[in-house]
Amino acid sequence: VSDLVEPADQTVREDTGEIRQETMIINMGPQHPSTHGVLRLLLELDGETVVACKPVIGYLHTGIEKNLEYRTWQQGVTYVTRADYLAPFSNELGYCLAVERLLGIEAPPRAQVLRVMFGELNRISSHLVWLATSALELGAISVMLYGFREREVILDIFEAATGLRMNHAYIRIGGVVMDLPEGGDTQVRRLLDVMPARISEYENILSENPIWVERNTGVGHLSAEDCLAFGVTGPILRAAGVPADLRKDEPYAGYETYDFDVVTRTEADSYARFAVRVDEMRQSLRIVEQCLERLEEPGPVMVEDAKVGWPARLSVGPDGIGNDPAYIHHIMEESMEALIHHFKMVTEGVHVPPGEVYQVVESPRGELGFYVVSNGDHRPYRVKIRDPSFSNLQATATMVEGGLVADAIAAIASIDPVMGGVDR
Amino acid sequence: VNPADLAERARARFDDVSVARGEVTVFAERGQLVDALAWLEAEPDLRFDFLSSVTATDWPGQEPRFWLSYELRSTEHHHRIRVKVGVPSTEPHAPSITPFLPAADWHEREVWDLYGIAFDGHPDLTRILLPDDWEGHPLRKDEELGGVDTRFHGAFMPPVDRRTTT
Repeated sequence: VSDLVEPADQTVREDTGEIRQETMIINMGPQHPSTHGVLRLLLELDGETVVACKPVIGYLHTGIEKNLEYRTWQQGVTYVTRADYLAPFSNELGYCLAVERLLGIEAPPRAQVLRVMFGELNRISSHLVWLATSALELGAISVMLYGFREREVILDIFEAATGLRMNHAYIRIGGVVMDLPEGGDTQVRRLLDVMPARISEYENILSENPIWVERNTGVGHLSAEDCLAFGVTGPILRAAGVPADLRKDEPYAGYETYDFDVVTRTEADSYARFAVRVDEMRQSLRIVEQCLERLEEPGPVMVEDAKVGWPARLSVGPDGIGNDPAYIHHIMEESMEALIHHFKMVTEGVHVPPGEVYQVVESPRGELGFYVVSNGDHRPYRVKIRDPSFSNLQATATMVEGGLVADAIAAIASIDPVMGGVDR
Repeated sequence: VNPADLAERARARFDDVSVARGEVTVFAERGQLVDALAWLEAEPDLRFDFLSSVTATDWPGQEPRFWLSYELRSTEHHHRIRVKVGVPSTEPHAPSITPFLPAADWHEREVWDLYGIAFDGHPDLTRILLPDDWEGHPLRKDEELGGVDTRFHGAFMPPVDRRTTT
């Protein structure tokens, strides 16, 4: 890639032996519809062939990790959820599990079920965005419309339960912020009713579509060895035949008690990644189904310990989710002690015992890790977000070099990078 | 593998091994880092074949001031280990592992960018998240958070790191 600066002219092509006259350097992005956000690519082209590719990142760096060091542990949730913005529940879960391990606590079972259910719904909605945008780039506009249509249904569920369509801050240290609202389970069940047929619909449109097959088969190949060498995880690694899924390998939030399969393929190309993601949506539906059964049993959704649990209660009002009037009445009118407690928890929060943990969760894009260090303060000493897209993008050059520019588009789409997570 | 057994196994090679919260951490000398990672990968019962993450922490006033931590994972045995390396403030350098482990490439660039620890032997040690002409390394504890005063109901609220009560 270093010869990007000075294009190598008059060199002999290895494959054909002919003299290469000159190469051209093309700058793609950071504002380009096919780069999935603000990813910039420096491409060195020989005609239409990519000779060298250098991804340039950092355009969405917002200093989330630095900011976390100046906020309380509980406020941290609202920061991490904004990293990989298509998988907010994964971010929240990874962070909260890490802090809970430092605190030595565990969220109640019902909270864990809700975490799993929203995590899996989120996996589907994230894969739908991937499907929609990738299809759009390769010309399948109708699939784009379908993908966003179904995602909307899932976002409606999120909105009903958390008050927000993205950046929910729903999963909190010690549990979740509130239980499923009335009718929430019906909403989820309605999704379970329609989704299987919709997934088959995408497959009917795409999986044997000559253009889709042609544009994806053999494109962006990355072998299992290369995946491991570059730190690539998630659907890309599973599409290379490695059944690595942290939900199975290092279970958290009770994943070991759910019945689901790890989807793998062996072709290790863009098409295999498409197939893996589509089948993963089906597996996620299976898990959501099991979650609904478990949710029939009521229970607390936040740890009992008042020194850890978030004090505020939320409820659904006529204008959406907000403060619970009964709770406000309690702290403002009835109990001085409750008000003091509320004030202490909101402004100062919990003190976390010194130590360090590295907690992983399987986000829609692979291994999402949180390296969290505490020095005993009420704010994190250090939080490192190991975002899967960051490592996955390292393999871009290997995937696209030697191929055509048009194939680079399909290859990058198959990585499914989310720059909010990459740049943090 | 349970963490205590893994720690016992690691003691065959490392003098300083700790177990906390189900995680095993080994401490290596800077000069020994590359050999240590190679050994952890080669041993058939360990097989740490996957580098998850490289990052640093900053402890001003202590020596070594910086600690690098390498999170390793075995895709075969599904266990993890952390390798920690101390880096003194007087000589913020460490050997790069990128030449034999490409997964470390961007992670080392990020640590250079945000902490100012240079990785000797890295093929392209440039900034990665911040602009090329940025000055300083913002995740160091002596760097300010930055930010501007925010107006709220006629009063001004300073950024969070310059408020008198935190």
